[in-house]
Amino acid sequence: MKFKVYRYNPDADTAPYMQDYDLDIEAGNMMLLDALLLIKEQDDSLSLRKSCREGVCGSDAMNINGRNGLACITPLSSLKQPVELRPLPGLPVIRDLIVDMTQFFKQYHSIKPYLINNDPPPETERLQSPEQREHLNGLYECILCGCCTTACPSFWWNPDKFVGPAGLLQAYRFIADTRDQATAERLDDLEDPYRLFRCHTIMNCVDVCPKELNPTEAIGHIKDMMVKRTV
Amino acid sequence: MVNRVVVGAHYGLRDWLIQRVTAVVMAFYSVALMGYLLLQPSLNYDVWTALFSGLLVRTFTLLFLLSVFYHAWIGVRDIVMDYVKPPGVRLVIHVLVILALVLYTIWSVQILWGM
Repeated sequence: MKFKVYRYNPDADTAPYMQDYDLDIEAGNMMLLDALLLIKEQDDSLSLRKSCREGVCGSDAMNINGRNGLACITPLSSLKQPVELRPLPGLPVIRDLIVDMTQFFKQYHSIKPYLINNDPPPETERLQSPEQREHLNGLYECILCGCCTTACPSFWWNPDKFVGPAGLLQAYRFIADTRDQATAERLDDLEDPYRLFRCHTIMNCVDVCPKELNPTEAIGHIKDMMVKRTV
Repeated sequence: MVNRVVVGAHYGLRDWLIQRVTAVVMAFYSVALMGYLLLQPSLNYDVWTALFSGLLVRTFTLLFLLSVFYHAWIGVRDIVMDYVKPPGVRLVIHVLVILALVLYTIWSVQILWGM
C-alpha cells in the first residue's frame, strides 16, 4: 500500500514536505495506526502520537485523506491510495503528525469543565434520576481528540476567541447536568459575539467526530436555553 | 506568555436572534412579492404603481427593507470583526456602515412615500 505522509522537523527542515512510503501489506483487517507503526519500523524519524490504539484516548487524531479522524479506528481497507496523512489542521505543528494542542485545551478549560456545586457533599453520591442522567448521553463520551475543533473554519479563524465544537459540547455537558449549579454563569460566559456565536452551523464537527457525537446539536441546545431565559 | 483575550460584550444572543427574525421577515416578503408579480398577466408601470399605492404594501416594504439593513449590519460587522483587527480602524468602518444604513433607511422612506 502507498502512503504520502506530511513531514516537518522545525529544527532541520526549512519547509514541510510530503514523503512517500510503500508497505508490502494487504489491508485486511488492519487499521491505519498498524500501518503507521510499520512505517515507523522502516523510518523511525517519523513522529506521531498514539496510546490506547482503540479509539478511547484520542491521541492519534490526524488528517486522513483530507478528513480528520483517529488512525487507530480507521480501517485501511476504507482508504483510497495513496493514503495522504497530515497533522490536524489549524494548529501549530510540533513535528510531523504531532500538533500543539495548547489552544484547544485552553478553550476547553475556559468553559470550566467540572461540576460546580456549592452544597455540602452528601454521604454517598449526588444522585440523578435515570431521566436526568439520560441528558448526558451523547455529551460525556467526548474523548477530546480535537478532530471536530480542528475541522471547524470558525476555530481556524478565531482560535483565541471561539471556544470550538469540542469545548462547546463539554460546556453543554455541564449545563445539562442537573447536579451543576452554575448554569446561569455558564450561559453568561458564552453570550458574547465570539465564544459561542461564531458557530455558523457549518457542521464539519458532526461530519468528522470519530465518536459520532453531535456538537452542533449541543450548540443549538445552548442557544435554546439562552433564548428561553431571555424572552 | 499568551495574551489575555477580552471578550465580554453580551450582544451575541441578541444579534443572533435578530438575524434569524429579520431573515424570516425577508423570506416572507420576497415570496409574497414574487408570487404577486408572477400572477400578474402583464407587468407594467400601472401595475407597479398600483401595487405600491397601498399603505399596507408600503408599510411591509419598509419593514422588509429595515430587516435587510439590520441583517446586513450584523453580517457586515461580523466580517469586519474577522478581518479588521485594529480597534480604531474597526470603529471607523462600523460608524461608516451604520451611517450608510441609516441613510438607506431615510432614502427608502423617501422613495416609498415621496411619490
